[in-house]
Parts: sequence; C-alpha cells; structure tokens
Amino acid sequence: MHIMEGYLPLQWCIIWFVISFIVVAYGVYQIKKIVDETPESKALLAVSGAFMFVLSSLKLPSVTGSCSHPCGNGLGAALFGPAVTAVLATIVLLFQAILLAHGGLTTLGANIFSMGIIGPVIAWVAYKALTKANISSTIAIFFAAFLGDLLTYVATSFQLALAFPSPSFGSALSKFLVIFAVTQVPLAIGEGILTVIIWDRLKAYKPKLLDKLGALAPNEA
Amino acid sequence: MEKSTLIILAVVCIILFIAPLIMYSGHGEDDGYFGGADDAAGEAIEESGFKPWFSSIWEPPSGEIESLLFALQAAIGAIIIGYFFGYWRGQSKDD
Repeated sequence: MHIMEGYLPLQWCIIWFVISFIVVAYGVYQIKKIVDETPESKALLAVSGAFMFVLSSLKLPSVTGSCSHPCGNGLGAALFGPAVTAVLATIVLLFQAILLAHGGLTTLGANIFSMGIIGPVIAWVAYKALTKANISSTIAIFFAAFLGDLLTYVATSFQLALAFPSPSFGSALSKFLVIFAVTQVPLAIGEGILTVIIWDRLKAYKPKLLDKLGALAPNEA
Repeated sequence: MEKSTLIILAVVCIILFIAPLIMYSGHGEDDGYFGGADDAAGEAIEESGFKPWFSSIWEPPSGEIESLLFALQAAIGAIIIGYFFGYWRGQSKDD
C-alpha cells in the first residue's frame, strides 16, 4: 500500500497531508486521555504499535504471484479506535520512509490515510458492530483485522485512481485494485488469523483491561 | 481457546503463505513473479506518463542493508510483544 516517494502529484500530497494531520493530532490527544484515565493501557498501546511494526515488515507471497505485506492495523483499531491507530501507523510509516525508502515523506499523508485511517475506521466499525451483536470478540477481531488490511489496499487503489484517472477513473481503479486488493486477499486472511491468536492471549492475560477499554462483547465482560 | 485450536490456526496461516511458493516454484523475479505490489503500482503510474518529482532522501545502499533494516523493524516489534506477553503471563494467576 506504500505509494512511493514522489509518485503523487503535489496537490494530492497536500490534500492527504491535511486530512491525516487532523486525525493524527486528534489521535495524540486521545492517547493522552487514555493514558491519563487507564495508565495500565500503556503496555497495550506499545503492543498494538509493535504488532504493526512486525506485520508491516513481513513481505509475504500471495497466490497472485506477487508479494505484499499485511498492516496490523486491526488490533489497534479494535482496542483504541482509528485515531490512535493513525498515530501508531505514522510511526511505522516514518520508520519505513526514512530508513527503508519504502513509501515516502511526500506521500506520507496519503499512506497514513490508507493504513492509519480508512483501514482502521472500517476495522473499528466492523468490530464494534459485531461485538454489539454479542458475537465473540475473538471472531469479531478476525473480521476487523481482515477488513482493516484489505480496505487499506482498496483505499490506496482509490487514491491512485483519483490521482491518475487515465484513461478513465473506472479503468484506473480496476487496474490498481488488481495490483493491490486481489493480491491482498490471502494476506488479509493470514493477518486475521494472526490477530486472533494475539487476541486470544490478550483475553486470557488482561481480561479486565480489555473490558475497561470497552473492547469486549457485552456477554464477555 | 484450546491450545490445539491455536496450533491449527497457526498451521493454516503457514500453509497460506507456503502455497504460493509451491504453486510458482521455479519462477522468479526475472519472469515476473514475487515482485512487490508497491513497485508494480509504481510502474503502472509511470506508464501513464507521470514523472516522479521527488526521490527518497536516503535509500539503503544495497539489498543486504535493506534486509538488515527490515529485520531490525521486525525485531523491534517482536521484542516489545514478547516482553509484555511474557510479563503478563507471569502475572496471571492460572499459571
């Protein structure tokens, strides 16, 4: 989902930067509030960020014959909501842009928007909807992680089709969706499974903290 | 969850990522397999006539250095997860 350095026209860089900046700023404020209210959630924040660090460093082969990487943004979204996840994604994307020439500083706003905002928003909505319906949080987290990962790549495809609508927006969109989203389906399933395993252990070790964060289904609390 | 369920899930995950390696065994980057999706998108953009207007301020000088930094990224994440999960496991009463 990384849009490479310099590969986005300037006006789009600015648009995505402004939107992402607002969300990340709100996320920083939210992190401060969460840490003030429940200081013990600091470790959980660190684990959510670390999970993104690990997953986004793994370039995995897909059945389409090309490689891509999962995002790890579903876990943070389910625990803390999308704005906080946007802050965590910013850290990961900065590391990769500066040290790995992966993504870039000019495209940072666009990449935060896909991996830190759209993916987590969808993951969070799916997670909340499923747990509200009293579906086990372990199942809900699978769909949150799967959708968060997949929609991140769908968002990137939309961003590129908007910036390069040649010959038309529709054909550009399908071109980028084939490159990104189709490759991503098996990876998103894998990310869903990995997140379920992490979630199961979190639920075993820290049930009270998850409940305090409102991250469990009503019948599990 | 039962321990056996966790193991089955982990195995499914491993199979999911070994399958492409078996399906396309014998193919490589030279005939267009296992390339990165990010680069494929970059090529598609260049085909539309767009010239990148900015390049990375620093790039890993070789594939070796790049894999070093990727391994470092994974290691930083893994040690944080491992530290806290170990700590929590030690804390929890049922063990």
